[in-house]
Amino acid sequence: MSALIAALSGFLFGLGLLISGMNDPAKVRGFLDIFGDWQPALIAVMGGAVVVFFVAFRFSKTRTRPWLAERFNLPALTAIDTRLLLGAVMFGVGWGLVGLCPGPALVDLLSGHASIFWFVGALLVGNRLAHWLVGPASTGK
Amino acid sequence: MMVELIGGALIGVAASLLWLGLGRISGMTGVLSSLFLLSDVQRRWSLFFLVGLVLAWPAVQVTGFATPITITESPWLLVSAGLLVGFGTYIGNGCTSGHGVCGMGRLSVRSMVATITFIAAGVVTVAVMNALEVQP
Repeated sequence: MSALIAALSGFLFGLGLLISGMNDPAKVRGFLDIFGDWQPALIAVMGGAVVVFFVAFRFSKTRTRPWLAERFNLPALTAIDTRLLLGAVMFGVGWGLVGLCPGPALVDLLSGHASIFWFVGALLVGNRLAHWLVGPASTGK
Repeated sequence: MMVELIGGALIGVAASLLWLGLGRISGMTGVLSSLFLLSDVQRRWSLFFLVGLVLAWPAVQVTGFATPITITESPWLLVSAGLLVGFGTYIGNGCTSGHGVCGMGRLSVRSMVATITFIAAGVVTVAVMNALEVQP
């Protein structure tokens, strides 16, 4: 049952990215092109998603545990440090270069574009390089 | 702006389902990193989440609601971008989904700072590329 919930969540997440056009790198770059030919519509994607999750998160506060798991796994990290900022800058630069972030890249995996494989391959290599060179963030526990 | 709002709301529903059902944050960076874990419950749900995510494209094609995408074909640009995104999201512990949707939705200051930072970096990158007339 929990496997089904995870798969359904992934599927709906993917549908949302596809319906909104967030999976189209050209559209994403248009959204980031504030000083040029700005296409602001993608604001509504993040806005819609944040509002819905905000409500669900508030609702979860009234519950002691999720439907199918022992506990809510709240992210333990709260620090605003160099690591967070440097990571966000690197991510943002890569995002702007071609218009792909991890979710949309994975959704586009079966689109038949060879470009996606180049990107996702490098994405995984970058993830592992950071793991070996820097390592996981310390939660202070 | 209607499709963007509907699509966004659907992403919110997906994130809510995973949180209320399994108590997990639907962040793509965490999902990807989990693939490399040797044995953990986290890898299990991540794998199923990933399968569902990847199957969304063929499902949309079958229904005839096709969405063409436009992307650069330069391997140099794609590999550079992929490495930066992979490395950056790992050390920053999240991307558009984990920080941008879930983190913002739970009013995490850390995630708000991360989201503003990566959007700003993306905006500057596109502006610089335009100024240098680099077309992806």
